[in-house]
Amino acid sequence: MKRKSPSNSQTKTASVSRRTFTVGLGAAGFTAGIAPFNIVRAQGAALKVGVLLPRSGFQAGIGQDCQRGVDITAGLLKDMGLPNLQIMNADTETSVDVARSRAEKLIGDGAQVLMGAFDSGQSSAIAQVAEQKGIPYIINIAAAPPITEQGYKFVFRNFPTAGMILGGAFTAQKEIFAAVGAAPKTAVFLHVNDTFGTAMKGGIGAVMPKFDMPYKIVETIAYDPAARDLSVEISKAKATGADSLLLVSRLNDAILLTREMVKQRWSPMAIMSMGPGWYEDQYLKTLGKLSDGPLSFVPWYDPNKPLSKKLEAALAKAHPGVSLNTNHVYTFEALLIAADAYKRAGSADPKALADAIRATKITDNVSPGPGIQFDAKGQNDKLKISAIQNRGGKLVTVAPKEAANAKAEWPLKPYDKRA
Amino acid sequence: MTFDVYLNVAVGGLLTGLVYGLMALGLSVIFGVVRVVNFAHGEMMTIAMYIAITLFQALHLDPLVMLVPVAAVLFCLGYALQAGIINPFITRPEHSQFLLLVAIAIIIINVLLILFGPDAQSVQTSYSYDSFQVGKLIVDATKLYAAGAALAVAVALYAFFRFTAIGTAIRACADNYTGALVVGLDVKHLYALTFGLGAACVGAAGVMLVLIVDVTPSLGPAYTLLAFVIVITGGLGSMPGALIGGVLIGVTEAMAGLIFTPSAKSMFAFGILVLVLLFRPQGIMGKKAA
Repeated sequence: MKRKSPSNSQTKTASVSRRTFTVGLGAAGFTAGIAPFNIVRAQGAALKVGVLLPRSGFQAGIGQDCQRGVDITAGLLKDMGLPNLQIMNADTETSVDVARSRAEKLIGDGAQVLMGAFDSGQSSAIAQVAEQKGIPYIINIAAAPPITEQGYKFVFRNFPTAGMILGGAFTAQKEIFAAVGAAPKTAVFLHVNDTFGTAMKGGIGAVMPKFDMPYKIVETIAYDPAARDLSVEISKAKATGADSLLLVSRLNDAILLTREMVKQRWSPMAIMSMGPGWYEDQYLKTLGKLSDGPLSFVPWYDPNKPLSKKLEAALAKAHPGVSLNTNHVYTFEALLIAADAYKRAGSADPKALADAIRATKITDNVSPGPGIQFDAKGQNDKLKISAIQNRGGKLVTVAPKEAANAKAEWPLKPYDKRA
Repeated sequence: MTFDVYLNVAVGGLLTGLVYGLMALGLSVIFGVVRVVNFAHGEMMTIAMYIAITLFQALHLDPLVMLVPVAAVLFCLGYALQAGIINPFITRPEHSQFLLLVAIAIIIINVLLILFGPDAQSVQTSYSYDSFQVGKLIVDATKLYAAGAALAVAVALYAFFRFTAIGTAIRACADNYTGALVVGLDVKHLYALTFGLGAACVGAAGVMLVLIVDVTPSLGPAYTLLAFVIVITGGLGSMPGALIGGVLIGVTEAMAGLIFTPSAKSMFAFGILVLVLLFRPQGIMGKKAA
């Protein structure tokens, strides 16, 4: 092997003057000195998170409920040793167009991550903006499948898709039917005609045949989620003579539908909701005893997980009398994902944050399932669905069996038989 | 579907339409006399709804009992609005009036948002969930009371315009502005009275609607639009036209929802509007411009 001659560098090193050496040493020292400060600054400065929620408009009640999840997050993140988040609030006004413009404004104002927006239509619009601007966007609640089917690199969803909700719902329904020894033979399907409702309707057609359900859907009725009067919808549903009512609704319309069922003296064997509205505090408080009985098949929380208990305690302290629900859980988890990714990325650089979010593996979480992780599309595909029932102003979990704390009450107690 | 289903839905649409008609009556009265299109009409109704809700929550006063007092408050508001803000705009171009009233509407929505927040609020009376059954016909009690009150208010308003001296003077203003000035009528005062009466009508309608729908500050624009659809269908400036238009729209929406699909019921209401504009532009009960 040929031996190398002394390199030029060695020659040059030999010729370095004392002054050059001192300058070089000083520069090296300065660089080494500030490097740790850079790291400290990245971890110490709060991550700016733009939180987009429908705080006004017909989804305001739910948007405000999600905000409660935001309110209780800071203390829990601190206890978990995660970085601070600087929350930048924005109101989508329950409008897709407003959601898009607010997302653009938040990014313009310096938001480093976006989070929200409860609704599939609004979330789709925000996802487009986030992808265009290259800012990570974590969806708290939105189920329309196309959002994570676009090949987006900056969009992540820790919430089940419509297909996942339906599959979980049908499984839980069959479990309940087996447990109570009864099942409806027919159902009428009422759904809101927004992005979420339409996606769920499409999903039912595709998913239901695979589950061999004991009932058949005799009629599908779509309605406007901002409708002020749902008497016609209930008249039409009642006229079908169906045993049960299958629903995908929102909050205000859930209240209106219940009122109309009472007034039109119709009590189906079961009310089975596969969306929000029927389990929410405002529904329970507004309707009192009339709120008892409906079953909701929803992404819920695992009451046995340690973090669930901490989240419940934090909510009880901040908002006494408000029960923990989907809105709080998935809003909190979206912020947890942001804080966890920021800690691991060590930087607020959008690309580094997106990469860190993609590599998320949180097992100390709240939602049912093995934890929070994302597939190649940015979807957490490991989430589970629970069946919950309203009982005396409280919510109990009736399926799946391993997470249940009560047995389902069946059939629905007729409205005219309630005190 | 059996006949009783159609009957139930038609009766429900009729009752709702009567309340819509009363709401639109206020708009029609104001336009018929003052010739100002009130773009803050629905927003003024939400003010009445929030007054009713506040009184119910604070003092447990039934909205039907509060009908006259709330209408009186809205009358005062309407009078002050016309006398203080709108009267100077009467002789200005129509787009100035339009912008003024749109601005008032936006201010009302935002003030209500500040005062009451965005959450939907409702009134739960002892009869909120009642219904009457006659054979196979089931009638919503709240809608029935609200429709009855709407008819009573409409009759009272008609009697006021027909049989009182002030009502006659207001009609004179509507017929001939210059003539009214020549004979010495205080036209600006009469305009303010008319705007007040229109506001009282929409206030009464709001008190009744609070029994049927949940209230949010953003509810106003939808009802402003609905009122426009009704008065254009019934005939701008025509009192019977507003009631007929309200009933027509109410029944059409209900039956379209039943026969076709509920999510398309507004389409049919607007379809009627288009047909009226095409074949009878002055509205069902409106008079052709000379």
